[in-house]
Amino acid sequence: MRLICTVNGTQQQVDDVWEGESLLYVLRERMGLPGSKNACEQGECGSCTVLLDGLPVCACLVAAGQAEARQVETVEGMADGGALDPVQQAFLDAGAVQCGFCTPGLLVSTRDLLQRSGRPSDAETREALAGNLCRCTGYEKILDAVRLAADRLAQSGTGGHR
Amino acid sequence: MSTPTPTRTPTGAPEHLTGPGRGGVGDDAQRPDGVLKVRGEFAYGSDLWMEDMLWGVTVRSPHPYARIRSIDIGAALATPGVRAVLTADDVPGEKVYGLELADQPVLALDVVRHQGEPVALVAADHPETARLAASRIHVDYEVWEPITDARAALGHPTWNQVHDSAAEVTELSRENAHLHPQGNLVRHLKIRTGDPAPTADVVVVGEYEVGMQDQAFLGPESGLAVPAEDGGVELYVATQWLHVDQRQICSALALPPAKVRLTLAGVGGAFGGREDLSMHVHACLLALHTGKPVKMSYNREESFFGHVHRHPATMRYEHGATHDGQLIYVKASIYFDGGAYASSTPAVVGNGGTMGIGPYVVPNVHVDCYGAYTNNPPCGAMRGFGSVQTAFGYESQMDALAAELGMDPVELRCRNAMEEGSPTPTGQVIDSPAPVAELLRRLEAMPMPTRVDDGEVDLRDMPGGVSNTTHGEGVRRGVGYAVAYKNVAFSEGYDDYSTARVRLEVVGGEASATVHTAAAEVGQGLVTVEQQIARTELGVKQVTVHPKDTAVGSAGSTSASRQTYVTGGAVKAACEKVRAQVLARAERLVGRTVPDLRLAGGAVVSDAEDIAVPLVDVLGDEALEETVEWHHRPTEAIDPETGQGFAHVQYAFSAHRAVVDVDTELGLVKVVEMACTQDVGKAINPQAVLGQIQGGTAQGLGLAVMEEILLKDGKVRNPSFTDYLIPTILDMPPMRIEVLEYADPHAPYGLRGVGEAPNISSGPAVLAAIRAATGLPLTRVPVRPEHLTGL
Ligand code: FES
Ligand code: FES
Repeated sequence: MRLICTVNGTQQQVDDVWEGESLLYVLRERMGLPGSKNACEQGECGSCTVLLDGLPVCACLVAAGQAEARQVETVEGMADGGALDPVQQAFLDAGAVQCGFCTPGLLVSTRDLLQRSGRPSDAETREALAGNLCRCTGYEKILDAVRLAADRLAQSGTGGHR
Repeated sequence: MSTPTPTRTPTGAPEHLTGPGRGGVGDDAQRPDGVLKVRGEFAYGSDLWMEDMLWGVTVRSPHPYARIRSIDIGAALATPGVRAVLTADDVPGEKVYGLELADQPVLALDVVRHQGEPVALVAADHPETARLAASRIHVDYEVWEPITDARAALGHPTWNQVHDSAAEVTELSRENAHLHPQGNLVRHLKIRTGDPAPTADVVVVGEYEVGMQDQAFLGPESGLAVPAEDGGVELYVATQWLHVDQRQICSALALPPAKVRLTLAGVGGAFGGREDLSMHVHACLLALHTGKPVKMSYNREESFFGHVHRHPATMRYEHGATHDGQLIYVKASIYFDGGAYASSTPAVVGNGGTMGIGPYVVPNVHVDCYGAYTNNPPCGAMRGFGSVQTAFGYESQMDALAAELGMDPVELRCRNAMEEGSPTPTGQVIDSPAPVAELLRRLEAMPMPTRVDDGEVDLRDMPGGVSNTTHGEGVRRGVGYAVAYKNVAFSEGYDDYSTARVRLEVVGGEASATVHTAAAEVGQGLVTVEQQIARTELGVKQVTVHPKDTAVGSAGSTSASRQTYVTGGAVKAACEKVRAQVLARAERLVGRTVPDLRLAGGAVVSDAEDIAVPLVDVLGDEALEETVEWHHRPTEAIDPETGQGFAHVQYAFSAHRAVVDVDTELGLVKVVEMACTQDVGKAINPQAVLGQIQGGTAQGLGLAVMEEILLKDGKVRNPSFTDYLIPTILDMPPMRIEVLEYADPHAPYGLRGVGEAPNISSGPAVLAAIRAATGLPLTRVPVRPEHLTGL
């Protein structure tokens, strides 16, 4: 089948998509966007988290055809050219990236969280990120990164509610 | 809670090495791969892609033990889009491989010895086509009854028969009872020191069991093999030790090392699970066979079958002490289930045996530690390597002994704690700081987490969380302590080294260094450490880390907490040689010897003589390069009868305090806080040190309360992240951490390997806390709800 959707603001068309392919497979193997990760491909780890029409989803659980004519945002769309998104920068500054395999999914989830609630409490952050597994960090520095990003966004007035 | 900041006890690391913000040794330097990782542009093994590449998949045995009567590949080969179907007959070289013993078939030969053993390979132009074809391969098996208990595999009586010499053991009289020609024993390590028949005022005996843990790294086993024009192959792979892979691949392919070139692909975590081969040889075979690039990337289910796990263990301990808590003797029998193939079982037995009684001084020690073959999944390296299992045993015993003596458990530990100068059970004298008691005392002094009692119950603070299982009824709090130690680097006489090539030259008008090693970066931050060392030693800002490949000599494994020590040592030594060259040139330039010349700020400087020659002038357009193979001081093999010898080059020490809340009615556990103290000798990158402690703590916590590969008759029942649970951000509590820096005079910068110790002391502390909360003996991890409710 043919799939047409908008990914990170650019319209994409791919042909010969097999119906059984997931959005994750199409992004990674057909669109050259391997930033979304494939740690479980069964909806358990969150490493494949993308925004579909603005809502976070596990791309491995979305059939490619379901993305037809919709907006997909992936980790590759977060930075503004050479300038990192404040959430990306905070993950680096806080030391929240080790192997980094969980990072793309966590960045997308965190951006979504901070857009919804500008300054989440730790308890809220834990709830919001409970679907994103990380095997390396023990999550402490991920929490540090979320707090840091929230502070910076609040200071620059670019966080907040939508 | 505010984020705890680490405190450090300075131990005389030279001031000029620790200047803030220079990205040198001692700084929180940022990862060189960090920007790529947050942009989603870092190329992991599973991200590799080439025009025209094929996808490889593996056909695996559904049976734990069976003979292969025949394999029919006809239907698979006839599937449109399929380019190759291979079996053992297509392996051109040695058909078996292994880290220490070559006993594992590249593709099954005649007999399969564990569920998931690779039997055949398929390459096709779409992964789904390859999977479809794989399902059409018909393998005719004669299924045998598996041997699934380590003690039974060795013909040893089960525990309740231990004192009954006439106990009936039938397992070994069965047909096919020996998995391998040499029998089912992989290694038996003995430690015999002191009085063989000691007596004591107080004796406690305990039997303990540790389930099979999985590394559960998030990045799947993956890589891309590209056939080369010279008849060789280029392999890009996520792995832990390029050169040991290369050796095994060459042997299987019957190719010389020059024709098997490996480059490290991005690695999504490892934790020991990538020390053995997975898809390496398979992808190369398919690529050489088809003449096309072949990518292999396991899905999560296959990953559970595609790598070794942590050895499950059963242990029996007997501790004898005086009335005032002085340990007199420890007797221990420790059994590691190695599964179907040896992997690193001999070394795991080495660790389990030599460090099996914990960081305590005991005059009389009698240990038997065994590794056995069974038809369970093969077990090998996982973070903590043989020491994680025994720590559950010996620390449970210390708590039991404290209870028997009516003594505080921390006090009992401190009374028997090792210190610098203490003998180990192998007769080795600890010749660097060993602040075991201090680690425990500092934990004790840390504030306890407070319960906010404002009348409101926040379900999120309760065991069971927002499932709304309790508002505090039946919830009891417990506190537990544990301390552990672990060898750093390879032991027992192994010639352990790393190779570093360092180049200094002017690039774009600036003096810049390149560090080239084959040391696998798996997420821990070694690439950062390599840069930091080069900046400090060469006084430059710009340091490039060359891609990791086999074009330079071996760096040894990224395991045993060894890379910062050994590859760090090699980088430091290579930098020193480059520096000597630079200084000699500078002296020629100024025309005389200057005794205090050093490199700093991109220049050759002398404080005494007010000299500052920019490096760009000293170097001109020449590049200075040195390659160094750096060995840590030698260890020695231990005596096979007594276990005596200088077995380990360095020890790492850490301690944990766990605070838990247990819903005693439902058996749910919430870990409220973890506190950790660790001596790291010198924190080369303090932020990364904390990351290791936090991550290691999480994996230990996981083993204590949730992580286990469940086996039934040798078959894995939970090969998915739905059923094999690892800690989420909801399961990990806030941590308090104190990092101590007591320099080890034998190690570069005084550093101590960091990664494993916190993975060892964390779980036993959680177990002790659950015991304290419930009063139950709890002799098995992971602890499950039914162990707590008695149902
Ligand atoms: S890869 Fe989609 S949730 Fe794990
Ligand atoms: S950094 Fe490795 S999984 Fe999170």
